[in-house]
Amino acid sequence: MSDDAPKYSFETLQIHAGAQPDPTTGARQTPIYQNTGYVFRDADHAAALFNLQEVGFIYSRLTNPTVSVLQERVATLEGGVGATACSSGHAAQILALLPLMGPGDNIVVSTRLYGGTVTQFSQTIKRFGWEAKFVDFDDRGAVSRACTKKTKAIFCEAIANPGGHVTDLPAIAKIAERKGVPLIVDNTTATPYLCRPFEHGAHIVVHSTTKYLSGNGTSMGGIVVDSGTFDWSASDKFPSLSQPEPAYHGLKFHETFGPLAYTLHGHAIGLRDLGPCQSPQNAFQTLLGIETLSLRMERHCENALKIATWLENDERIESVSYAGLKSSPVFRRARKLCPKGASGLFTFKVKGGYEACRKLVEEVNIFSHVANLGDTRSLIIHSASTTHRQLSPEQQEAAGAGPDVVRVSIGLENADDLIADLDQGLTAALT
Amino acid sequence: MESYRAPMTYSDELLKSVLKRTRTVACVGVSLKEIRPSYFVARYLTLKGFDVYGVNPAYAGQQAFGHPIVASLADLPADVNIDMVDIFRRADQAGAVVDEALEVLGDRGLSTIWMQIGVEDHDAAARAEAQGVTTIMDRCPKIEYQRLFGELRWGGFATGIISSKL
Repeated sequence: MSDDAPKYSFETLQIHAGAQPDPTTGARQTPIYQNTGYVFRDADHAAALFNLQEVGFIYSRLTNPTVSVLQERVATLEGGVGATACSSGHAAQILALLPLMGPGDNIVVSTRLYGGTVTQFSQTIKRFGWEAKFVDFDDRGAVSRACTKKTKAIFCEAIANPGGHVTDLPAIAKIAERKGVPLIVDNTTATPYLCRPFEHGAHIVVHSTTKYLSGNGTSMGGIVVDSGTFDWSASDKFPSLSQPEPAYHGLKFHETFGPLAYTLHGHAIGLRDLGPCQSPQNAFQTLLGIETLSLRMERHCENALKIATWLENDERIESVSYAGLKSSPVFRRARKLCPKGASGLFTFKVKGGYEACRKLVEEVNIFSHVANLGDTRSLIIHSASTTHRQLSPEQQEAAGAGPDVVRVSIGLENADDLIADLDQGLTAALT
Repeated sequence: MESYRAPMTYSDELLKSVLKRTRTVACVGVSLKEIRPSYFVARYLTLKGFDVYGVNPAYAGQQAFGHPIVASLADLPADVNIDMVDIFRRADQAGAVVDEALEVLGDRGLSTIWMQIGVEDHDAAARAEAQGVTTIMDRCPKIEYQRLFGELRWGGFATGIISSKL
């Protein structure tokens, strides 16, 4: 939003964006404001805050000083105008859709999604009267044809979990522009260090901050970031933003707040009425993680490439799906959209199928059998029997989580130690 | 906003100096409906210590923000210096407001003309600048005040401000 501010690099912003010394105490690290309420200066001040005429603190479900730092930090790293932090990545997805959707509306979504997202979109959102249409996002014609008058957003992951498939964001963004709907990109696996979806035409980014952003497997969290570039008033598709909003005494969010409308809607209606707020303690932990994001992502990518290369050349392995490998069908796309690396997440198929996969996750000693990713520790899981268990066999294959597939999230340990662990695990699993 | 436009380029230094030097503001097209953007801005500026005069024939004579609302800039009390005119009008009506402001307030301290988000008239801006009046277009003084003086940060917005100072 600033025209003349110095253009700081990512490494500087990941430490400083949003966080000035505490004005009361001079504390240099962001304090944890572990409180629920805030004293109003007077009745006028309270009224102005409740009317959204002034920005300030009312109640920690809506805004909290520690959480605000996290919001500005991630918004800045993504190149957006503002952000709404929340309790988890799953909450972020619902919060991202709430300003856009009404009963009878639909979203067009990629088949290559985290299994929990597939279930949330194919089952649970139906209770709101919302529908998701699942399409192969490498088939642009199919994405375009799936959009109807009732389509309110297009949704995909930048680097898809678990298969590591990279979505052709510029191509999908063009379809979104033509259809007059925003492109929402889940950037959890890539992080803004590897991929900046707004630079490729996306309008909204969501994250599970639980993963690489917090980085140590300590803190649940999610965030919705707005680019501020979508014109909500260009059509009558988004009445909650362009028309008087009855949940806020007839306020027209877009007309009143311009490019900040979507984010303010997320706080004033999304967090207020759905309630999935981020805890100050978790925001603090996540901020600590983000301070070292660039360093960690470099090592995650370096380790992952080394291990994926080793696996690809091992005769016990059927195939490896990692966009950082030259053999990947999306290698060139990944080089363009994620030039610094393809993350630490990938899958591989073990000769020996379902049983060998299940055995491998039990035989490794350093890799932990955990349903998470983006931890400092290396993690391993058999997606078909866990994270993608609710899916049909066809959905599992489409998501890259078939029965013979193992997913790994490569941590920051020594790569040779990790290779040795997989080596002994495979030997044990196949004998 | 009919379509998204690239914002004009104004330095933080310029915007800060405009907001710091301004004490009195005439809000042209202000509404007294509490959910209208113009009411938001006028009330906010009042809360921040600016002396705000409302200009709108529809509300002429009614009391708001500490003064009676007037029908036009020419009706503002003659003994008051107006530092800034903030325009809440469609772009095609902004030029006439600028010309009236230059005519009746030019020798009464007018130093800034501000056009709200979505309002641009480059010819009118050139006429004002030629008389030494700073012109800001397609921006909101409330948003810029909040961004530059720390408040917007509390709402989780990217302020672009990086500082290790208290």
